[in-house]
Amino acid sequence: MIILQALVFIVSAPFLSGLITKIKNNLRMRQGESILQPYYNLAKLSLKSEVLSETTSWIFKITPYILLASSLAGALLIPLFIYPAPLRGIGDFLALIFIFSLGRFFLSLAALDAGSSFGGMGSSREMFISSLVEPALCMVVFSIFLQFGSTDISVFCGAHQITAASLIGAVALFLICLAECARIPVDNQETHLELTMVQEAMILEYSGMRLAFIELAAYIKQMVFFFLIAQLIFPISLPAKGNFIGLLFWGLWYSGRIFIVALITALVEVSLAKMRLFRVVDYLGFAFLLGIIAVICAVIGV
Amino acid sequence: MFNLSANFIFDPLSIFFIFVILIVSSAAALYSHGYLKNAYTFPRKVFAWVLLLIFVCSMLLVVTGSNLLVFIIAWELMSLVSYFFVVFDFQYNRSIQAGMIYIVITHIGTAFLLAAFLMIYQAAHSFDFIALKDACHLLPMQTRNTIFLLLLIGFGTKAGIVPMHIWLPYAHPQAPSHISSIMSGVMIKTAIYGMIRFIFFILGITSPWWGILVLILAIISCLVGVIYALMEHDIKKLLAYHSVENIGIILLGVGLGMFFVSMNLPYLAVFALVAGLYHLINHAIFKGLLFLCAGSVCKATGTRNMEKMGGLIKRMPHTAVYFLIGAMAISALPPLNGFVSEWLTLQAFFLGALNTLGGTKVFLGICAAMLALTGGLAAACFVKAFGIIFLAQPRSQYAESAREVSWSMKAGMFILAALVIIFGLAAGSIVKLLIKVSAATLGVDGSALNLSAYNLTLNLQALMPGPVGKDSYLSLPYLAALLVILGAIFFVIYRLAKRKSLTYKTWDCGYYKVGSRNEYTATAFSKPFRIAFSFFLFPYHKTQKVRESFYHVKAFSYETHTTPVFKKYVYYPLLAWILKFARLLRRIQPGSIHLYLAYIFAVIILLIMFINKF
Repeated sequence: MIILQALVFIVSAPFLSGLITKIKNNLRMRQGESILQPYYNLAKLSLKSEVLSETTSWIFKITPYILLASSLAGALLIPLFIYPAPLRGIGDFLALIFIFSLGRFFLSLAALDAGSSFGGMGSSREMFISSLVEPALCMVVFSIFLQFGSTDISVFCGAHQITAASLIGAVALFLICLAECARIPVDNQETHLELTMVQEAMILEYSGMRLAFIELAAYIKQMVFFFLIAQLIFPISLPAKGNFIGLLFWGLWYSGRIFIVALITALVEVSLAKMRLFRVVDYLGFAFLLGIIAVICAVIGV
Repeated sequence: MFNLSANFIFDPLSIFFIFVILIVSSAAALYSHGYLKNAYTFPRKVFAWVLLLIFVCSMLLVVTGSNLLVFIIAWELMSLVSYFFVVFDFQYNRSIQAGMIYIVITHIGTAFLLAAFLMIYQAAHSFDFIALKDACHLLPMQTRNTIFLLLLIGFGTKAGIVPMHIWLPYAHPQAPSHISSIMSGVMIKTAIYGMIRFIFFILGITSPWWGILVLILAIISCLVGVIYALMEHDIKKLLAYHSVENIGIILLGVGLGMFFVSMNLPYLAVFALVAGLYHLINHAIFKGLLFLCAGSVCKATGTRNMEKMGGLIKRMPHTAVYFLIGAMAISALPPLNGFVSEWLTLQAFFLGALNTLGGTKVFLGICAAMLALTGGLAAACFVKAFGIIFLAQPRSQYAESAREVSWSMKAGMFILAALVIIFGLAAGSIVKLLIKVSAATLGVDGSALNLSAYNLTLNLQALMPGPVGKDSYLSLPYLAALLVILGAIFFVIYRLAKRKSLTYKTWDCGYYKVGSRNEYTATAFSKPFRIAFSFFLFPYHKTQKVRESFYHVKAFSYETHTTPVFKKYVYYPLLAWILKFARLLRRIQPGSIHLYLAYIFAVIILLIMFINKF
């Protein structure tokens, strides 16, 4: 089951990115690339030879493995289709945050390793954004904790009532997700302009299979966030047993809600421009404030 | 008259601190063999060893003394010996200056402690801790509040909580590195020992505001410490500021414990204190490790300035690995020890919020969020530290010529690095032990709090009687195994694919020769933080262009520094005020012997009147 969940993540995570790109392009009245483009990219990268910078050290070489391992380990902590999560005993929501920061820590180091200013720029900005994300994320986890009495992800994923606290928490989590997954208005995945890029600047020196690993790790992390947001906004219970049609509809709705989050992301990306780096402070401050409001709602009990 | 058991105490709390002291000191002592070599003359080496022994013994005395006299004498001895270490490199002016700041401030702290001790003694008429404990419980509220505040300031000065942290970033970096590691790793922890011993054990906690005050001070220490650390480019000063931050995190656990005691939640208090003690020993280990690594780097390069380093991972591979382990631990990354204690502290906040009402919940939540922010900033700071010191190309010939350090230094670092990993993976068993320590200190029966050895399942039924939530899980060995297995799988996939790999220059945008001058610097790395926290740091920029003509800029100089807020707005005015007062006093001392005789006469008259009155 663990392996199955890992495979589902690896297989379906790139699809979400392809979907977002497709929706964005269609909204801009463009044909756009195929939804499956992320898969083509991964395959292409895996087949190519790679170029390593001569200034780099072993940090640069091991980072992709650590990054992908941490993303996938985080993904295995959530109950995607098995309840409770297969590896529930390993860690809770807080552990998930820290596991993701393990990958980020190494990616930021690797960015400094090649010795180009691009990497340093990306690394510095990434750590800046992520350190501001932490308190907001902590507030969201806290509001969830107050409602369900546990930081265990499986506990809150097993609940099926919508509360004001979880809705506001979901909005805060969505803002955080945009920042964590390098999306507009915090970062822009589409450009390679040094003034705007964060994530892209960090991975500039990577190529070949290692780059494929890093991209896959980013897709998986994004899917984890989308799942958690979807779970907060549309909590649903387990399917009734036996009924095949019911099971089918349940499955459709279960995965459909993740696509809804992807759709919202695409809409936000199309309708907003990228912010200046120092406006991100206000942006994440707002997410933090939403987190506090969610906590207050949870305290009041709505 | 003098008997061992009457003057010494070996309860679980003392034994825990003895363990912490000895673990870091023995690694540092091993390290110092290589560190002192070729750096000092023989007599000074001997002097360093003797001082080290006295220093460690004095710290052991502090944590084992069971009466006020032993405690205060050992405390003074510890401060004085560490002063000699701060001025050990007395040929530098800055050592003398740092020593001066250290000894003055540490004695101000001791003065507050003495005042508190005198007040306690007045009530008990005994120096013995047990007698003091009984006497303190009969004291009126007002007196206990005063004693608490005096103790908090006194111990807080030694611990380096903001705003009494001012000496720490001067004194710690100035000592030889193995002593910096003991000072930062262990010495400031004796102040935490003092707080636990005197406030929890002897004084007894009465009002919730004690805990809340400690929490607020702790949060401020965390944030101020880490923000200053981010701005710092002197590697040892950076680590010293991180000590301020980590003392804050430890105090979060301790303060939370105080708060829960006053709210009558004994099990949660035990749990919070466990979190604090766990972070205490973790910080002792990884900060000890980081200071030893910093010492190696400084010895190899001959500078403490990070901007002159770079590329050391290839020249000093062992030190780099050890520093990386320490950096990961202090950034609270799984599966190392810093992560465990940070997780426990966050859980303590969360569980506390479940058991309190209304506004307190929000307050505890915001404290937890600030702790998370601190963690994020610390991670950023250590990406900067490791990245700038060890990665990319050397930024100066100092770094270019650096060589790996000797075996004894490597051994010292290895011991602590191994402990960092062990204290992460064996978290379950260690928490069990710490529960015993903390339960014994608080006088609670800790056996109800059973945790399994392999994971840290928080058994809420046992932890609290009130509204029960559901268990949370964390299992470090499994988490580590999961990460390693997944990493290994991808490594194997990469290896099996056997793609061609070329080595080439870093992408230089088509220009030639990307050199070390093009690399990102520590100053540049911390720029976003400098701007975002400008409301507190008040950064100052100056750019200057040297022109040959209007069109041709020959040279460009850029200068930036931040305003040391506490020094400028608290300490300088205070110092100015003291000096002004001293000048006033000088007026009654004009040097005339007649006047002095008159003073003596007046004092005698006054004394006679005073005696007559009784």
